[in-house]
Amino acid sequence: MTPLETDIAHLLAGSMVLVSFLLLYQDRMFALINIFALQAWVLAFSVAWQAYLQHAPHLFITALIALAFKGVFIPVALHRIVVRLGIHRSIESVVSIGPTMLFGMALVALSIVVMLPVTEAAGAFVREDLAFALSIVLLGLLMMVTRRNAVGQVIGFMSLENGLVLAATGARGMPLVVEISVAFSVLIAFIVIGMFLFRIRERFDSVDVRALDMSRGESA
Amino acid sequence: MHGWQSQLAQLVLVLLLAPLLSGVTRKIRSRLLRRRGPSVFQPYRDLLKLIRKEAVVADNASWLFRIAPYVIFATTWVAAALVPTFAAGLTFSAAADVIVIVALLGTARFFLALAGLDVGTSFGGIGSSREMMFASLAEPAMLLVVFTVALFAGSTQLSSISAFMAGPDVGLNISLALSLIALVIVAVAENARIPVDNPATHLELTMVHEAMILEYSGRHLAVIEAAASLKLLLYLSLIACMFTPWGTTLAGGETVAYAIGLGAYALKLLAFGFGLVVFETAIAKMRVFRVPEFLGMALMLGLLGAILLFVSRVSQ
Repeated sequence: MTPLETDIAHLLAGSMVLVSFLLLYQDRMFALINIFALQAWVLAFSVAWQAYLQHAPHLFITALIALAFKGVFIPVALHRIVVRLGIHRSIESVVSIGPTMLFGMALVALSIVVMLPVTEAAGAFVREDLAFALSIVLLGLLMMVTRRNAVGQVIGFMSLENGLVLAATGARGMPLVVEISVAFSVLIAFIVIGMFLFRIRERFDSVDVRALDMSRGESA
Repeated sequence: MHGWQSQLAQLVLVLLLAPLLSGVTRKIRSRLLRRRGPSVFQPYRDLLKLIRKEAVVADNASWLFRIAPYVIFATTWVAAALVPTFAAGLTFSAAADVIVIVALLGTARFFLALAGLDVGTSFGGIGSSREMMFASLAEPAMLLVVFTVALFAGSTQLSSISAFMAGPDVGLNISLALSLIALVIVAVAENARIPVDNPATHLELTMVHEAMILEYSGRHLAVIEAAASLKLLLYLSLIACMFTPWGTTLAGGETVAYAIGLGAYALKLLAFGFGLVVFETAIAKMRVFRVPEFLGMALMLGLLGAILLFVSRVSQ
């Protein structure tokens, strides 16, 4: 691998972390969905670049799946859901943006501190990828925690899955069957969640998940 | 050319070029808005006009109000002269530390805020308080960018950073990309450009920089305006010096090399100015209370760049 090729891989994986932060930062519905699509595109490029570097043709299929499902299909579907639910205004988050960002930075630092010593035996490349992937997963979780709106939580979940795919491509030799089944299970999860969104709205007239707390008898 | 000659040339050059840069950006902006716009030399005419006019000073203004414009101008000029623009190997390049430049700009800001408060008008007070609120985020972001680049290049001295960046060891690097974005955000905020402040408005509720200098007139105002255009030139030169150091003349070059250096510098300024104006015309001004989020993004990018630099260090 030439230094430039490594740099490009590093750049792509690093930009995925950056896009995760943009997801945390963004508080408008459509922009949030667009940034999620952007993350999927970056993921697809990153995976395709890895396929080229590792001479692993099956990774191209992974990239294609990411591009088609998460880069095009799910964002378009989410757009439609948001329009039909009539919530394309803005989403409020539980914690304000500043502290969320700081917490996100802490999570990235944590994942680097955890990952780098653990993977000492692996190649430089894999270590980097795993550190980035773990931070994307943690940032996705953070997003699910900080959003009150169910659609925001769905996007957090999907971006978490992006991190998992990134980890899998770095770790050389994840079978294609696993990859495809993960992609499909995410799709099915998406459909189920989509149906849930409408059920939640039907029952509570809102997709604010605080309504669920109240129905469980907790104070919001 | 000797070091002192190019240093002197640079001192004069930045002073002469700064109003032209403002004029060119205003012209491009007007053209993008489908207006004719004033000539690119209009800022020079404005400065001359202001210098010839009488300086009116409020009755209760103290000595601070009178000296502040000159202090602001001097510190900004020194800072702008320290950045290697067209040639490396300046006499003061040993002192041309990025941290020194940040400190000089901080001094200028301090005096500007004091001058805004001095006369005791409410607008000046609003301007100063807002300026300080933005500065408390912009300065750490700037320093983080400086630290990231310095860690990468192994020096905080601008000429060494510039030489390192022009060398073959630098590829595409995510940390540098993040630092660049953060520095651009800081530059936009520090120069009171559009998403943060509008340099062309005097609307009370939105202005920041203009509010602080509202009481100035005549030669004081001329000096402050000159300092403001120098600051824009300084930031663009800083970005050019750290991130696009190609074409800069090395120490002890031939005359042709200096001509190439000057040409490359002019091209870079033009390109950056154009980019800045396109960005400005494409975006609306933010509410003042959104600005901390915008600057917080710069801070976050700087921090993320530093952290990711650590990762790529380990893996090499």
